Amino acid sequence: MKKSVTHYETFEFSEKNKKKLTDILTRYPEGRQASAILPLFELAQRQCGGWLPGSAIEKITQMLGLPVIRGYEVATFYTMFNLKPVGKYHLQVCGTTPCMLRGSEDLKAACQKKLSIGLGETTKDGLFTLSEVECIGACVNAPVVQINDDFYEDLTKESFIKLLDDLKEGKKVKAGSVIGRQGSAPEKKGDHAQE
Amino acid sequence: MLKNSDRIFTNLYGTKDWRLKGAEKRGDWEKTAGFIKKGQEWIINEVIASGLRGRGGAGFPTGRKWTFMPKDDGVTPRYLIINADESEPGTCKDRDILRNEPHKLIEGALLSGFAIGSHTGYIYIRGEFYREAEILETAIAEAYEAKLLGKNAAGSGWDFDLYVHRGAGAYICGEETALLESLEGRKGMPRLKPPFPAVIGLYGCPTIVNNVESIAVVPTILRRGAAWFAGIGTPDNTGTKIFCISGHVNTPCNVEEAMGIPLKELIEKHAGGVRGGWNNLLAVIPGGSSVPLIPKEICDTVLMDFTSLANVKSGLGTAGVIVMDKSTDIIRAIARLSKFYMHESCGQCTPCREGTGWMWRMLMRLAEGKGVSEDIDKLLDVTYEVEGHTICALGDAAAWPIQGLIRHFRPEIERRL
Repeated sequence: MKKSVTHYETFEFSEKNKKKLTDILTRYPEGRQASAILPLFELAQRQCGGWLPGSAIEKITQMLGLPVIRGYEVATFYTMFNLKPVGKYHLQVCGTTPCMLRGSEDLKAACQKKLSIGLGETTKDGLFTLSEVECIGACVNAPVVQINDDFYEDLTKESFIKLLDDLKEGKKVKAGSVIGRQGSAPEKKGDHAQE
Repeated sequence: MLKNSDRIFTNLYGTKDWRLKGAEKRGDWEKTAGFIKKGQEWIINEVIASGLRGRGGAGFPTGRKWTFMPKDDGVTPRYLIINADESEPGTCKDRDILRNEPHKLIEGALLSGFAIGSHTGYIYIRGEFYREAEILETAIAEAYEAKLLGKNAAGSGWDFDLYVHRGAGAYICGEETALLESLEGRKGMPRLKPPFPAVIGLYGCPTIVNNVESIAVVPTILRRGAAWFAGIGTPDNTGTKIFCISGHVNTPCNVEEAMGIPLKELIEKHAGGVRGGWNNLLAVIPGGSSVPLIPKEICDTVLMDFTSLANVKSGLGTAGVIVMDKSTDIIRAIARLSKFYMHESCGQCTPCREGTGWMWRMLMRLAEGKGVSEDIDKLLDVTYEVEGHTICALGDAAAWPIQGLIRHFRPEIERRL
């Protein structure tokens, strides 16, 4: 997939993140610090509010003693690096077959209508970005939407819209199964009665 | 059905405490040092005797993989890599181990690491599993605190360090050599094999890459004995396995069961049956998106193990069971998988880079009824051109679901022309 990089002026790790950076670098053997490129990009993306500016890519790549092009190669290869700003809530609707079988197309359509944005777009108030992502690995709790770091599972069109309303109103929302399932355990439906 | 007392993952659903104290109550970290004192050969032989086949999809015997490590020269580092890049559509079993049974994995890492002569392990976890990685890191910190990791780990005399490395959203990094590339800080593009990672792996050193589930069952195998594990399941397909049942069932779930359980029993006993009853079943993808689907007639009787599913031209893969009832547009369901492979192709090999997109477009054309009759054979032909002509198995994985579709649902495709 083609991705282009957005630049902004300068990037410096915050003091708090500089400590984390040192800790990350010690996980890899001497001379193998290039291994830290993914964790450091992630740290930078977190610091920048969910996206990775070109200046951060260059800074980190140089810090690791790598050619800058290597940083761009890595940043554009991995889906989780957002190369332009995203909304406060990044709605990542899983669209792969197990979620599709349980209604992810409806979730996408309802969300697009509700927020008046297309896939990959951000609402004008900067609150929501909508993306379709590939399998995020929670298939028995499909359909699933990942919002920032958390999974919201067992959704329906209605419960997803409610979730968006709650987020918009600044209410606290609970991650995990929206129907209160215990992890990946089967939903308790009496005696497994056939529909 | 698997007896409760034979369950390895007693906290699969996270109803109990995942922390060290809770894990110890469930038997984790018991006698760990004792096993290490019995020696590397003893552990490897137990794992071989248990018949454990790798739980990441390919089903290669875990113990035998370990024997491919070259002799320890005492100088070159050796690495244990745990593949927690779980991304195969239909599969969400490792997630439960990571968040609910992290100490089984950490103890397994120490024992397996020792068995292959490694002092350093990395757990490569997919980036999307942020909360799972948090739990895992906390559990590892607990293990260090309790001196179960680090110098003289668990009082065994063996030094072992374990680190978490988060990926950043690339299915291909679940392929073992792409994982190594990614861990070395590059794009996740698979390497040519040979040389196999056991000889030249991470940083050019001998490396074993194992799936989360394979490593997490090792401590229980050693505690309860290879014979116990080998006594569950069928002769070439021993032990228990976590199955993920998704799609059109009444109560989708993960469940640990014996290998070789009949598919029908698995769906009816654990997942509440097919939506609308068994007769409403259209087809099942039995082992994650990469294996060919099987239609209802086969589902009626097939057993869930590597051998039985290979005999019906499918596979156990990761045991991600995707159930589709008669309301499913089967061509679109498979086309969506093709789109997945198109998105996830790393772009290194031309047949896969170009073929995955071509196959997706052709399938969409057929789904929309815009195809012509030659298209079906042309599409089938392209799947054979992609299969076996790429560095890694992603090309095969993209080809197989389409081959399965044409094998079993050709009349449906023809109907729409």
